[in-house]
Parts: sequence; C-alpha cells; structure tokens
Amino acid sequence: MQTARRIPERRVDIGDEATITLEAYADTIVPGAKRWPGDRAIAGVSSDGGAVAAGALDLLRWDATGIHDGLEDLAGRANGHALAYAERAGLELDAAVPPFVALDYDDRVRLIQELTTPGHPEKDFWVLLSLFCNMAFDSAAHLHTAQALEDGHPGLTAMGITQPDTDGLWRFQDFGYGRQLAAPHPHTTHSGSPA
Amino acid sequence: MSATIEKTDVLVIGSGFGGAIAAYHLAAGGAKVTVLERGPWLKNDEFEHDYKLGSSYTRIFDFVVGDGMSVLGGNCVGGGSVVYFAAMPRAPEFVFDRHGSIGRRMWPTSVSRETLDPWYDRIEESLSVSRQEWSDASYAGGLWAAACDHAGRTANPLAAAIDNSRCVNCNFMMAGCRFEAKQSLTVNYLPAAIAHGAEIRPLHEVQHLTRTPDGDYRVHYNIVHDEDYRLQNGSGVIEAKIVVMAAGAGATPVILQRSEAHLGTMPRAVGRYFSGNGERLNTAVLNEDKVAEILGLTRGGGDLPYGANAIGKGPTVASWDKLDGSLPEYSRYSLEQLYFPPGLGTILAQVPDATGPTWFGKEKKEILRNWKSWLTIFCMTEDDNEGVFGPPPATGNSHRISQQMLGRGNLSYRPTENTWHGWNQADADVKEILEKDGLAKVMPWTNDLVGAYTVHPLASCRMGDDPDTSALDDTNELRGHSGIFVTDGSAVPGALTVNPAMTIAALAERAVPHIVAAAQDKGIAVAYGAPAPAGYKSGRKGVLPLLKRKQLAGV
Repeated sequence: MQTARRIPERRVDIGDEATITLEAYADTIVPGAKRWPGDRAIAGVSSDGGAVAAGALDLLRWDATGIHDGLEDLAGRANGHALAYAERAGLELDAAVPPFVALDYDDRVRLIQELTTPGHPEKDFWVLLSLFCNMAFDSAAHLHTAQALEDGHPGLTAMGITQPDTDGLWRFQDFGYGRQLAAPHPHTTHSGSPA
Repeated sequence: MSATIEKTDVLVIGSGFGGAIAAYHLAAGGAKVTVLERGPWLKNDEFEHDYKLGSSYTRIFDFVVGDGMSVLGGNCVGGGSVVYFAAMPRAPEFVFDRHGSIGRRMWPTSVSRETLDPWYDRIEESLSVSRQEWSDASYAGGLWAAACDHAGRTANPLAAAIDNSRCVNCNFMMAGCRFEAKQSLTVNYLPAAIAHGAEIRPLHEVQHLTRTPDGDYRVHYNIVHDEDYRLQNGSGVIEAKIVVMAAGAGATPVILQRSEAHLGTMPRAVGRYFSGNGERLNTAVLNEDKVAEILGLTRGGGDLPYGANAIGKGPTVASWDKLDGSLPEYSRYSLEQLYFPPGLGTILAQVPDATGPTWFGKEKKEILRNWKSWLTIFCMTEDDNEGVFGPPPATGNSHRISQQMLGRGNLSYRPTENTWHGWNQADADVKEILEKDGLAKVMPWTNDLVGAYTVHPLASCRMGDDPDTSALDDTNELRGHSGIFVTDGSAVPGALTVNPAMTIAALAERAVPHIVAAAQDKGIAVAYGAPAPAGYKSGRKGVLPLLKRKQLAGV
C-alpha cells in the first residue's frame, strides 16, 4: 500500500526556544492536554491530545513542507510579536520562558487572530504555519494514515476515522440509505442533468 | 541547428479533459501527437488511501494560493479527471445567456445549450456518464435530500461518470481511483490516444512558446523532478505546427503571458476574467438526535443516524431549485452535497456560534470531534469573472513552497458585490434548509485565510465574440495567433452554476473538428471522425452531420 520513497525524509533541527515557542503556537491552533505537570508550551485548555501530541513539530520540521527552513525565524517573530502584545496589554511576562510561551491561552489566541487578520503584512506566514499545525491533527500529514490510526493518533482518532481493511484500503459496504428521500426537480433531463 | 530539434505535428500541453480529448481525436485521425504533462504518471496501484505528504493525495494535486483566491487543480497524467469527483451535469440553458460583467452575452453566439447538446451526448457516451439512482446516493447525499425535502425543496441524484459496480465508497477519489470505478481519462481517451500513436510525457512543464522562422511553434519545457517538484532536471524544446493548450485555467494564461515577449501581443483577455465558478463551501454539523427524530433516518447496527461523513463518493445529490432562468443573474445557483477530505479544507470550516476564534482553538477542536457528523454543502453560484493574473512566476504557474501540491501564485481576485450577493444568498439558503427545526448548525468557510477557494477554475483565457473581452474565437483559436487552440477550463466564458467537467469536455469535443481543419490547412494529413474511445458510435452519428465544412463555424 505504501509507495517506497526515494528521497530520504529530512528533518531540520531547531533550538529549544524555537521548539517550545512553536509548540505553544500549535497548541493554540488545536489545543491539547499538558504532557506533564508544569508543561509550559501546552496551555492545558483541552483534556486530550492536540496538535502537539499529533506531531506538529515533526511535520513542521520535515523539509517536504517548505516551511522547515523558516521555523527559527517564525519562532523569533512570534516572540517579538508577543513582547509587543504584552507591552500594549500591560502584561508582565515570565522571563523564564520565551515571550509567546509566557502568554496565557486567551492572549495567544488574540495575538494569532491579529497576525492572521487580512492586511497583516506577515499574514501569509502565520496562515501557512497554522495550516501545517492543523494538518498534523486533522490528517497526520507526516505519517502513513493507516499506521497513524493503528498507533492511536490523537487527531484521526478524535475525528472518528475508522481503520481500513487489512490491505490498507477503505471500503464501505453499507454506504447509503438506499431509498428516495426527495422529489427530483421537475426540469431534469433523461440523463440526469438540469434542463 | 533546427535539424536536431524534435518535431511533432500537434503538441498538446496538459492531459486533462481539454488535452486528452484533443490528443485522442487528432491521433486517431492520423496526426503525430505529443502530449506534455507537468505532473507524474501514476498507475492504478499507485493511487493510495493515505493523507501523508508524498502519497498520491499530494502528488497529483496542485494547490495554488493567490491573492484573494486559491485554486485546486489536477497535476498528473489525466489532469483534473484523476482528482475530480466525476459529477457530470450539463450546464443549464440560462447559463449560456449570461451577461456577467460585460453588459452583453459573454458566450459566443454559436454556443448555446441546444448547440452544445450533441457534444454533451458524445461525452456521456465516451465517459459512460449515467443518471444515478437513489440507491447510488451516499448517506451524506441521502441526508441532504431528506433535509431539502423537509424544507420543501427538490433534490436530485447527480449524473456521474462512475461505474457503481466497482465503487467501494472509499471517498478517496481525490487521491485517484485505484478501482477504476471513476471514469478518469486514464481509462478511456488517454489509452485510446496512445493506441493511435500519441506520446505522453509526464513531468514536462511547459514554460513558454516561441515562433520558428517558418511560422510553426517551438514549445519550451522544463523537466520536473518526479518527487520534489521544487527541483528541475533540465529543459528542452519541441516544434509543432499546431499547439493545443490545456494546462488548466490556472496555468494556460501564465504560459501565454510568458510567451508574449516572443509571440507578440496577446489578446487582452488572456489572464483576465478568471472565474472561480462562483464556488463557496458551507459546513453543517448535524444534530444526530434530530436527524433520527425529524428526518426519520437510521443506519442501524448501533451507528449514528448519519455520522457518515467519511463514507461515499464525493457529491451524490444536488438541489437545483435555484437553477431558474427567470431569476436575475447572480441569484441562481446549485447546492450540492460534497465530501471534502481532511487536510485540504478542514481548517477553513468555521465554528457556528463561536465565542472565540471561528477557525482554530478550543471550539474548533470540539467541532472536529464531530467530524463524522459534518455535512459539506458546495454552492456553485455566478461570480463576476473578477480574477486577474499578475506577472508570471519564474517557472510554472506558482512559486512552489512544498515538495508537492502547495505553491503561491499571482492570481488576484477581489469579489464584487454581485459575487457576494450570490454567495450570501446561497449561504442563507443552506442555513435555512439545514438549520430548520434544529437539524444542524451551519457556517460558511472563511475567506480570511487563503481567500475564496475554487476546485473549478475557469475563464482565464475565454472564448467569445468580442475581441476585447475574449481571448479565443468561437473555434477555441487564440485571437491573432493562428494554430494555437485553448481547450481547457480557461476557455469556458464564466461560472456555470454546476460542476464544469462536462461542459469543459463537451467544448473540447466541439473544438476538435476546428483544430483538425487548422491542421489540414497546415499540411498535416489528419481526418476527423473517430468514434468514442471505447468504440461506440452513436454519439459520433449525432455530430458528424454538423461538420460539413461550410457549416463548421456554426458548430
């Protein structure tokens, strides 16, 4: 079922500060549960796995995405925007963690709303970052789908995606209600088109 | 030097509906045909059920984010027909009388539903398009029908190019159909074209055209890496007497823009009047208790009464109550149940009644938990052809970001009040139908992230009678550049209010005798009259009488 890849998967290494910052960003897009007591990246507003547990950093760091080379820069910008946001809002940030991580969940949300508003000069970057964070959760784009399901991927599992057949393909024998449920439009041609 | 340059009679750019249909007929008629396709050539067993980047799901798609409009298109041998959902309705009669933004009929006088019907017949025969029965409708389609009925509306099973005896309702149509249930061009026109000697070259991305001293065309291409499309493996040229452009409405105008410096001034309408087919998506989150109580639906076996978002075959049921020619333009549309896979659009779905952000965050995660109970409704309205292509990127039709699929293009789209009028009416209609008696909560997709979103790009190099507002004459020939024909979705003048593949294909069939005539004029030994790719002949009998040479212009 899985086609052999000829280009080895390459993932960029990023520093701890960028990692925790991007985890905090991903957790704002699809929130999850704290991985351990005192987990600062995860705001903890959800009771089960979110984008981070789904593998957002694995996806972002993969060179197939095209966003991999910009991660350090994006993390730096996110922290720069967080500092400016805190100053505007009169917030005092905990200096022990990067500024974006020091924001609480609602402030992280408000900042991402600002950054992704049409007209923001960096909007395209933040939308792209958000898109990949979401994809880690809703489609596990860094993993083979059947394997991810077997391993209990939090996003695919939460969405209720079922296991495929043993050959890795999905088939649904029961697929419809099997009966007429509305009157057809009166002007329908014999081959089923609008007149 | 010219002795070493490869030559062909007809060079076809792109292997989707516009390219494959032309390639088949010209090859069957005796011409030497070469098809250059920018995407890969996947065999059946390479069509995977897998959302991982690098699987067929991303290899065969092209998703180009523009300024105000994002375009999803095919990127493989077979083009859009490999990724499409095979819904094949004819466009309603009123569509051909649309005026759009130009204050006069935008279609050529010679094209109407009546004159196109014989060509639609040919496509129905060639692609085995059939009227679907209610027993073919998916749970999602059935639910949409029941909700329409509950709201006093009608609903129809869609005409489709699907062999239901082979379909397993896997809903992976967008990754290519490995069961040969979907009638992609890879199971009809393309193998028939190859049988008649046409040559198809995948991973050949055409960049621009130049002229030869003797008036032929020289087609310049780059070879794209078969796995990482950001990489290129060289380049080349082929000379041809006739060029058929069918790179798709997101790419054909870009190639022509890039060719202008070599070929001379392009018609004004090249790269203008782009239409997103007026498309708009709504996501409904169903209340399963109400589905059972109000619609009386059940799936049995302990399953939710609906809860079947993942099951089916794309769209199966549409409501056509607003396809009414007596209504004013921009208020006519179809509402079609659609499956949208995860990854490509989930992020654009908005949370109904959100107190926080609508497309991300806590509340978005909660509606994702109900993904099985999502119903997507696809609105195809009338837009204003307001898309304009900016200067072309360095290569291809976008600056590629990811190894496959995702790129940034130069299409700009600022929806007018007319377009918004259609979208707003359609949104309100979907809401009225699906929120009636608490059946569901509905929100349209946001335009704030990647602009509007179309899976059916059209009209960026359109046909028409007016040289100022159309790039092609009514034979699909590019104005002022004899021997270049455009047969893909970019030739369609405007939004169709239904899925466009059937109309694109019928227009390509209609263009073929004109291309054959032009080829004959250039000394190519080619004839018109091949049967359907499977050998059926009844459709041919319908159109051959139309083709007496003196009447050709009226076809």
